[in-house]
Amino acid sequence: MIQFPIYLDHNATTPCDPRVVDAMLPYFTNHFGNAASRNHPFGWQAEEAVDYAREQVAKLIGADPKEIIFTSGATEGDNLAIKGVFDMYASKGNHIITANTEHKAVLDTCKHVEKSGGQVTYLHVKPDGLIDLQELEATITPKTILIAIMYANNEIGVLQPVREISKIARKHGVLFFSDATQAVGKIPVDVNKDGIDLMAFTGHKMYGPKGVGALYVRRKNPRVKVTSQMDGGGHERGMRSGTLNVPGIVGFGKACELCMQEMESDNKRISALRDKLENSLTKLEESYVNGSKEHRLPHVSNISFKYVEGEGLMMGFNKDIAVSSGSACTSASLEPSYVLKALGLGDDLAHSSLRFGLGRFTTEEQIDYTIQQVSKTVTHLREMSPLWEMFKEGMDMDKIEWAHH
Amino acid sequence: MAYSEKVIGHYTNPQNVGTLDKSKKNVGTGLVGAPECGDVMRLQIEVDDETGLIKDAKFKTFGCGSAIASSSLATEWLKGKSVDEALKIDNMDIVEELNLPPVKIHCSVLAEDAIKAAINDYRVKNGLEEIKFESSVVH
Repeated sequence: MIQFPIYLDHNATTPCDPRVVDAMLPYFTNHFGNAASRNHPFGWQAEEAVDYAREQVAKLIGADPKEIIFTSGATEGDNLAIKGVFDMYASKGNHIITANTEHKAVLDTCKHVEKSGGQVTYLHVKPDGLIDLQELEATITPKTILIAIMYANNEIGVLQPVREISKIARKHGVLFFSDATQAVGKIPVDVNKDGIDLMAFTGHKMYGPKGVGALYVRRKNPRVKVTSQMDGGGHERGMRSGTLNVPGIVGFGKACELCMQEMESDNKRISALRDKLENSLTKLEESYVNGSKEHRLPHVSNISFKYVEGEGLMMGFNKDIAVSSGSACTSASLEPSYVLKALGLGDDLAHSSLRFGLGRFTTEEQIDYTIQQVSKTVTHLREMSPLWEMFKEGMDMDKIEWAHH
Repeated sequence: MAYSEKVIGHYTNPQNVGTLDKSKKNVGTGLVGAPECGDVMRLQIEVDDETGLIKDAKFKTFGCGSAIASSSLATEWLKGKSVDEALKIDNMDIVEELNLPPVKIHCSVLAEDAIKAAINDYRVKNGLEEIKFESSVVH
């Protein structure tokens, strides 16, 4: 039996694994203590649970538990890392290097830093979505304090050359922060092998609960510090005040443990399904995979179906199948995805894109059904697309004078 | 954002999708929007030489569901109207009929522009003066 509705938007969020929920439940009721209450068993129990989760989280990324700062999620982690480094290392410099395909939580934080007197370089990416390492190195100045480059992109799943980036960062004595929201729990990430100094990630992208995440902050070689961005009780080694979200942290820990155990077998199965989906859908005429296929997460595929508009396309099956589009017809700006545009895609191709994000609970029947529905809708919409008709008649659409809004 | 029943109806079962012979003198074609903006509408009318009424209307649209629904509805409304009556179709009538939310008003504007462009094309082909319209406000 095929399970409906079909959820293929796992880069947006994932369902909580039932095993995660089971682990969390006692911490809402019986073990509700505040982990900072040092003087009674309620507090001890909570603290013990947090310590255990901290170990589970650290283990997944090859870190020491003391290097894990719990946060409310990756957006907070991005803010704390970038602003925290900017404030802490102000005497050393004020220059940050990032890329124009980063998540808004990084880009907007960098904009904020610029307003506070920082200087930010936004690297362009190559057509496959990867940054140019030579350009990165050439951009470093004596004032550079931080390189902020994501591990895996949220829209196209492309993996940046993290190890090469960290080598460059080390060579120049610059800290390296990576937003690894999409990568941790999905592929092997090891902060030591990868040479990462700070790394943000979150529970809800890896079958854990929403509202909890972590910032990894390196303690040795080099010892990294960030200035806290929230004042209060001095929790999390003074870097992130606020009562710890014990049930969330417990769930996050459990989610990390499960990812560690099941990543390999999950990936084998999921990437086979992703390849089946992608190979079938790119058999449709004029359909293109966006971003590098070689350096990419195993569960993501971003495809443009030329001459049909993404939102119109989703409408054909969104009662049954949840995906996401780089078209921005619903947003007030009507601007299509800046990530796809950064790859050099025309706005028309960006408007025509769909992102498929598979997950732990995706089945082959669901993928077969998706292939069928998407193919059918693309064909149906092309029959009513004036652009498709022009293409079929061999018209050069670049020569038409469009009435731009 | 949920779509209205009427938008879903036109999307699932669009009326008058197709192409009229634009080499014919009594066929007017309007092509509006741009691929970069995510919406392109082509709307065509065929005018009966004797009665002066629009006897057929066809569209093809690249766009979201609301854009498809707006153009499908426009072709339905055009059929049987005189060219002058057709000029009175206002984008807000489309908004109301389809319950379009504010972010989708531009779809109705595009449909109104397509109607006007088709009528102008028809007029020019038949030796009449092009009508100057005030440029639309919302896009």
